Amino acid sequence: MSIRYNQKREAEKQPRLTGGHRMCAGCGAGIVVSGVLRALEPEDRAVVVNATGCVEVSTFMYPYTAYMDSFIHSAFENAAATCSGVEAAYNALKRRGKVDGTVKFITFGGDGGTYDIGFQSLSGAMERGHDMVYVCYDNEAYMNTGVQRSSSTPRFSRTTTSPVGSVQPGKRQQKKDLTEILVAHNIPYVAQTAPIGNFRDLHLKSHKAIYTAGPCFLNILAPCPRGWDYPAAKLADIIKLAVDSCVWPLFEVEEGQWRVTYTPKKKLPVEDYLRSQGRFRHMFQPGNEWMIEEAQQQIDQKWERLLERAGG
Amino acid sequence: MMKFMSGNEAVAYAMKQIDPDVMGAFPITPSTDIPEVFAGYVANGEVNTEYVAVESEHSSMSVCIAAQAAGARAVSATSSCGLALMYELLYVAASSRLPISMACVNRALTGPININNDHSDSMGARDSGWIQLYAENNQEAYDNFIQAMPIGESPAVRLPVMTCMDGFITSHAMENIELLETAAVKAFVGEYRPEHYLLKKDNPLAIGPYDISAYYMEHKVQGAEAMKAAKARILEVAAEFEKVSGRKYGLIEEYRLEDAETAVVLIGSSAGTGKAAVDRLRSQGVKAGLIKIRVFRPFPGEELARALAKTQAVAVLDKSEGFSANGGPVFAETRSALYDLKDRPALVNIVYGLGGRDIRVEDFERVFGRLADIAASGETGPVYVHMGQRSQAQEVMA
Repeated sequence: MSIRYNQKREAEKQPRLTGGHRMCAGCGAGIVVSGVLRALEPEDRAVVVNATGCVEVSTFMYPYTAYMDSFIHSAFENAAATCSGVEAAYNALKRRGKVDGTVKFITFGGDGGTYDIGFQSLSGAMERGHDMVYVCYDNEAYMNTGVQRSSSTPRFSRTTTSPVGSVQPGKRQQKKDLTEILVAHNIPYVAQTAPIGNFRDLHLKSHKAIYTAGPCFLNILAPCPRGWDYPAAKLADIIKLAVDSCVWPLFEVEEGQWRVTYTPKKKLPVEDYLRSQGRFRHMFQPGNEWMIEEAQQQIDQKWERLLERAGG
Repeated sequence: MMKFMSGNEAVAYAMKQIDPDVMGAFPITPSTDIPEVFAGYVANGEVNTEYVAVESEHSSMSVCIAAQAAGARAVSATSSCGLALMYELLYVAASSRLPISMACVNRALTGPININNDHSDSMGARDSGWIQLYAENNQEAYDNFIQAMPIGESPAVRLPVMTCMDGFITSHAMENIELLETAAVKAFVGEYRPEHYLLKKDNPLAIGPYDISAYYMEHKVQGAEAMKAAKARILEVAAEFEKVSGRKYGLIEEYRLEDAETAVVLIGSSAGTGKAAVDRLRSQGVKAGLIKIRVFRPFPGEELARALAKTQAVAVLDKSEGFSANGGPVFAETRSALYDLKDRPALVNIVYGLGGRDIRVEDFERVFGRLADIAASGETGPVYVHMGQRSQAQEVMA
């Protein structure tokens, strides 16, 4: 990563997402959005695009917007297509001399709007090669409608549509590997990050995504206190546990080259991560030890595969 | 300049002359020629348009919404299931007051799949807040598209405009049409100058809020008022268009209606067949007339009431089945429009032409025959019937 990161300087920038929005205390999505937008150079304008979801209904409730930049939301499943329309207009108007200056295009969608209902729109926009960044704030379920499972929800997680019952262990299926699917689109830059520590990883990847020409994709972990069932004050701890247990590895794929950007000094057992959240509580009941074992195996395999791809 | 063209080519050519900023393009029969012909203009540098070949109609309307919101002029074309896939976004476009122009080449909606003409696609979108203009032939398809932007972009209106033509019948049949010079089209359509847009420097704009109950209703009322205002604007644009083209347009077209005792009301290409039937009947001394609805949204209720006030019996022809068990959409609105007349004609509804079923001059003669019976006897009989079925025994037209 070429640019220098100075947390103090970044924190002193005029925020692009102002306070006063209506996201919950302890929500990861708000700090993801403000963190990504902070990577914009102050002289550059942006158009921010949202899929319907928590962020959208909490940041732009008529007549108040929390964004300093232009913003558009149109529907749940079309955020990437919407961003491509704005970018197409920019190209057309620029050619005709009707707009000037640099404008960046940044889209935010939750996992429902990205892994599921907006997946086709995202794939199409990436394939067409629009100069845009798509950011998935991944909170691993449909949180805006009250915690329903998505294809991003991890196996065994309890949601309202994958409840824990006498014959069902929470969600039965594995989490879809969306980041890898985006890598398969052969776009210039794909990265997975989280708002962790001093936000260095998130900032540098956001900056690279915003200032790399062509379509770029960021998958960013965004814990949800309501859906994951943790005390609001524990947000930072949970993100750290996710990263240090390799449940949510931090890596980037630049022009096809895989690189792990953070290796835990001591890889924590997945159990530590699972124990921090109510959605996994049933995994700790007597007789359910196999669930934790299976989860650990799954995480280990994926981490090994990532290390192989990144060249050990 | 006279040119031999299909309806699709005529619309694509109008788009070329306008040279819009952005086109959302996705193929669907029978509108496919429009993005196809336009792609040729793009490939040869004949237009300066950003051509976005998306992966679905849902995305093509999303692109148009975003591009128009960003300050650009956006166009698209679609048919049938493509329009149905856009359904939720049609409301977004209209409620965000984005004057997108889209050609809808009318085709039956799937269930079962059928590629031929009826109006079930655009009739399903009639309450989405889009202005709807319908063409009888290739010339009108071309003329309507050129009038779409001056109508929709007008500050009093600011609504998206759908210009409809009948699939295959109009979209694929070749006709000689009169084209305007490109300079004349450009001058007529003018520059798009929105007041507020996403890419405007030093004045960011936010579009598409979560609109709570304290505000939502006012926004809907504004849309309703804009639709009312569109009527006058459509006539204004028609008057300006007549000056440059010599061709006259209104909200409805009245054909031999002055002293008509019986009349039919319909939309689209069947009007040509209907006019031939009226002429034949007139030559036999029958006082028959016809009304073609050009503008379905806003609905020309007062104009229809005025035009039909002196008739005795009227058949409203619907080229889509509404499944209301009470008649098709054109009938429902026409009958409602006539309710306030002191002396109302008797009204019947004839659903016809579904999925490309043909309608002939003889069919219109049967309709007028029934209207004559109603006028003479005062007995309306069955109000809601389907004409042109395989077995005529099931019909009540004879």
